[in-house]
Amino acid sequence: MASATRSLPVEARGVTVRYGALAALDDVDLTFDGSAPLAVLGANGAGKSVLLRVLHGLVAPSEGGVTWSGASTRPRDQAMVFQRPVLLRRSALANVEYALAVHGVRGRERRERAAEALARVGLEKIASRPARVLSGGEQQRVALARAWATRPRVVYLDEPTASLDPSAAAEVERVMGEMRSAGTAIVFTTHHLGFARRAAAEVVFLDRGRVTERTAVPDFFARPRSPEAAAYLQGELP
Amino acid sequence: MHDIGASFVLAYHLATGGDPELWAIVELSLAVSVSSALLACTLGLPLGALVALQQFPGRRALIVAMNALFGLPSVVVGLVVYLMLSRAGPLGSFGILFTPPAIVIAQTVLVTPIVAALARQFVEDAWHEYREQLTSLGVSALRAVPTLLWDLRYSLLTVVLMGLGRATSEVGAVMIVGGNVSGVTRVMTTAIALETEKGDLPLALALGVILLALVVALNAAASVLRDWSLARHG
Repeated sequence: MASATRSLPVEARGVTVRYGALAALDDVDLTFDGSAPLAVLGANGAGKSVLLRVLHGLVAPSEGGVTWSGASTRPRDQAMVFQRPVLLRRSALANVEYALAVHGVRGRERRERAAEALARVGLEKIASRPARVLSGGEQQRVALARAWATRPRVVYLDEPTASLDPSAAAEVERVMGEMRSAGTAIVFTTHHLGFARRAAAEVVFLDRGRVTERTAVPDFFARPRSPEAAAYLQGELP
Repeated sequence: MHDIGASFVLAYHLATGGDPELWAIVELSLAVSVSSALLACTLGLPLGALVALQQFPGRRALIVAMNALFGLPSVVVGLVVYLMLSRAGPLGSFGILFTPPAIVIAQTVLVTPIVAALARQFVEDAWHEYREQLTSLGVSALRAVPTLLWDLRYSLLTVVLMGLGRATSEVGAVMIVGGNVSGVTRVMTTAIALETEKGDLPLALALGVILLALVVALNAAASVLRDWSLARHG
């Protein structure tokens, strides 16, 4: 159950997540204080999405543990945008309002904050349209607005530009930049290395559930320390 | 064959001629069926959603029981409700046996398990899609109940109409607790049974045609509404 615990710093210690015989995460140690955007990179099945869910408190580790600001209770001042966000069968505005209602925002303030969040992601003109019939890029931006409207301290974004065309991806990247400027900490996963290079300050590289390195972005792309990351970058940037 | 043909002609004239007896029966049928369907949905939809979303000891057994009650024998329901409402029964002081409220109670008992079992299945299936997102937003399982019921409203409409159809077509329980009293508790199904027994086929046929038309119209409306909602809301 969510509580008044603060979401940052978030610390994962010895986190292992098993699904049957498979270890999706294997003895992961990671601390994130929110001072700089963090990209989680790795091949498919490396455990990136599971790591985000663990840090967000959606997946309980099989071993080890996660604390938020030293507490083990899942905090409220955080949000997550999924690769395929689930929007409710109501308007884009009502989707954002719903998240605010869950966070206890009432009446006129709720409506104003929802409208403001949609305006920030450039969707004010389609606020009244049913969310589920919007394009993939628009749905992703509604999800960003929904996450941002609750004024989280940290937002976890799981492949936010996957399956989006370049213009929609650029729009999502712009919104992430605004979030960051507004003081929201960001952790995201992606396969788009250019996007990671532009949007992150640090990279955590995962290989088969293990963190092989954590490096500042310029160093990671110039001189990755782990052979796994080097091989991944060579494969991705022929 | 000739008799049946003539009966159809007479039935047509009855149905289209505004026969007061026939339309009083139709009106009462609709009143008790809609009332019991509404009551059953008020009870069954949240109950089904709660069972779908909450984990508690005995949940599996409850689901089995709910599914079993789906096929509850209507005459048994009629008998139990009769015993409850009869003068010697615990609810006898209300004096509602052989009145429309008794029919509403019996139909509600029959329809509620159907609504609850189907709602549980719909909501549980949807929960697989929504759980992670709603949990991320900080929504508790309890709070997810109205959210999912509203989001699945067009799918659940089919459940509501199925419940209404079940209530409208009920005979056994209605006959036992209503008594088929002319002008008081005679509904379409019990009237059809009685008129057929008496050999008065035109009235039975007219009521049968109206009953069928009603069921077809309800299903057509549900189908149109679902298609419209899918196009509009995705």
